[in-house]
Amino acid sequence: MINTLSTKMLITLAFSVAFAACSQAPQLSFEESFRQALETAQPGDVITVPEGNFAFDRSLILNTDGVTIRGQGMEKSILSFKGQIAGAEGLSVSASDFTIEDLAIEDTVGDALKVNEGNNIVIRRIRTEWTNGPDVNNGAYGIYPVQTTNVLLDGNVAIAASDAGIYVGQSKQIIVRNNRAEYNVAGIEVENSIGADVYQNTANNNTGGILVFNMPSIPQRGYATRVYDNDINNNNTGNFAAPGTAVSGVPAGSGIVVNSNDQVEIFNNRIADNNTANILISSYFSANYAGQSKLAAEFDPYPEEILIYDNNFSGGGTAPGLAYLTQLKDAIYGSDGAFPDIIWDGIINPEKPEETQVICVDNGDAQLLSIDAGNEFKDAGVDMQRHKCTVAKLAPIELVGI
Amino acid sequence: MSVLSRKTFVATLWVCCALLTACGQGEVTHFAEDEYPQALSDWGIIELDGQRLQVNEAVVVYDLNTALFSDYALKLRTVFVPQGQSASYHPTETFDMPVGSIISKTFFYPKDSQGRLLTTNTWQGDPKAITTATHHLVETRLLVKQDNGWDAVSYIWQDDEAYLSITGKLQRLTLANDEPLNYLVPSRNQCASCHATNHTTGEIQPIGIKTRHLNRETSLYQANQLTHWQDKGLLAGVVEPAPANALWDDNNASLNHKARSYLDINCGHCHNSAGAADTSGLLLDYADHPKIAMGYCKPPIAAGKGTGGRLYSIVPGHPEASILSFRLDTSDPSMMMPELGRSLVHAEGVALVSSWIAQLEGECI
Repeated sequence: MINTLSTKMLITLAFSVAFAACSQAPQLSFEESFRQALETAQPGDVITVPEGNFAFDRSLILNTDGVTIRGQGMEKSILSFKGQIAGAEGLSVSASDFTIEDLAIEDTVGDALKVNEGNNIVIRRIRTEWTNGPDVNNGAYGIYPVQTTNVLLDGNVAIAASDAGIYVGQSKQIIVRNNRAEYNVAGIEVENSIGADVYQNTANNNTGGILVFNMPSIPQRGYATRVYDNDINNNNTGNFAAPGTAVSGVPAGSGIVVNSNDQVEIFNNRIADNNTANILISSYFSANYAGQSKLAAEFDPYPEEILIYDNNFSGGGTAPGLAYLTQLKDAIYGSDGAFPDIIWDGIINPEKPEETQVICVDNGDAQLLSIDAGNEFKDAGVDMQRHKCTVAKLAPIELVGI
Repeated sequence: MSVLSRKTFVATLWVCCALLTACGQGEVTHFAEDEYPQALSDWGIIELDGQRLQVNEAVVVYDLNTALFSDYALKLRTVFVPQGQSASYHPTETFDMPVGSIISKTFFYPKDSQGRLLTTNTWQGDPKAITTATHHLVETRLLVKQDNGWDAVSYIWQDDEAYLSITGKLQRLTLANDEPLNYLVPSRNQCASCHATNHTTGEIQPIGIKTRHLNRETSLYQANQLTHWQDKGLLAGVVEPAPANALWDDNNASLNHKARSYLDINCGHCHNSAGAADTSGLLLDYADHPKIAMGYCKPPIAAGKGTGGRLYSIVPGHPEASILSFRLDTSDPSMMMPELGRSLVHAEGVALVSSWIAQLEGECI
């Protein structure tokens, strides 16, 4: 659109004016030149962040497609927002074909890295952290792509988010792998998303390790997520989410939580010492968050076609994170006992035929306890025969072109 | 324009501004996207003549019904449409305007004798009443219609001129009550945070240039604005009856109309079905939406601590339990709504929305 000649002339003009008028050109701080590079970015730009700790008091914004932001390492190139006074995010991106790698975003007032709407998103080796540790006043999300398609989250570290460390919302075609999420309320959360592979991650010491959720009243219903080959241990950190948020209802001690989502395949994970249960499956009705009365008509609150197999469980279930679960555990297993590896609220769709596959378990001697939450726990108990079933396995996610 | 040349351009601003002199009151000049002048006065729309703000006679000053709250800043709005052309009327959407059109919005405050900013409005809408003796000019934002759509840019006032700003600025101002005011001049990309009202296309659009915002009398021209624009040849195809939002402080308008108008202009640019906040499923633009989408008994999606510990966006009858009231009533950037454009609480706006919620009927079980 712009011819080269006029651009060159402009540069020449700008330089000559500068040299004629000024004794010295002002040195921009990296903070300012980085902001300028984001504001004036053109497709194809690679914006580098050098080693160092850089302080920002307001959000950074990128709206240009095809940009790469590259640091020197998540412990070397640090964008610090301690003392941030404006903007709801650290870095807010509304663009496609976006790659960010090898840097850290620390102590933002709100979300650390939000990517809102875009295709072909790569976020790798990024660290998002609230350096003061778990606190309700920390920002909600660490790494937060929403309404994105073809998205890779690889090798990131997310620490101490007051909602989810890594949160993929309303997206499609997702791979979340090799990440480490710890001391968040939710370590990794996939919500209202279609087609996600979550593997080889470590989710330790969160309130809940890995969550697969569906929420009502938003444009996209989620389904088809595979959670496999992950290490999910000791997710017993007290829930420090703001009341009213969806994750505030997650009991401390939750390994994997599936809520209101369908076609979730959980296999080959190493899941240990999560003190409510290593896996929790629940409907919207027992999620312990708001909005239970007036669901949008099209919303499906029941988890269905959940497939659990070949996981390596150990420990856990000894100290549930909610009072009613503790009472139930004590009543059934005694105060020194433990819930089995999988607990389920037992609430099913009354409209559906009985043979509908809700949860299929093929996991050695691991047991599933239905707590029968819909009938005041009347028929709580283990009936593994009911869960001997199969559903079609999901195909692997293949990301195209990234 | 390449990154290099634009960066160079910006860098030279700081050292060269002193050399640039304002042009006199002449024609309005439309610049291409890569040729924006460093000095606002080069556009020929607005400039300072001594202490007095001058508006080119070729532009029309306009005002909105309920407007976005911007930390109590007053706003002088102007619109320019190239000679012989006109915008085309639409009952609900932003008017389609010809290439070459320029919209300006100048943010300013009345000030006291010590130069501290006042949050009371004593200005009646006449640009001739704006002088630097009694007012502090902060910034002038332009929306410029280019061949490929609208573009947004800000100019920051410094002494008797306003200078192009790409990266925006956090200005630390002081109010008359000695409270600090962290006034954020938006960066170029931040302009799109509100003006890309369709977040999927990302196209920048004017927000106020809609029938329901413009359809009002103005004292400056002693006329209805739509009629006045049509008479001046600025606008074509007006169809009556035209919808009109309320003025939020109009005693003659219904509470519902005022509250919906307030939410429309303050929230609807993101909270519409194609907006950046469609991720939340909460729709606050002035259109017919299902009640739950408008927030009635609607649980939050990704509000984080922005819930304020409350369960639903709107609990009919209970503003003290409604997230909507909470997020309007905080100035914490991690919790407040709108996310951008204010650092103070608009107490009067909170009172309006809360009194509206207080009289809504229904129950969230």
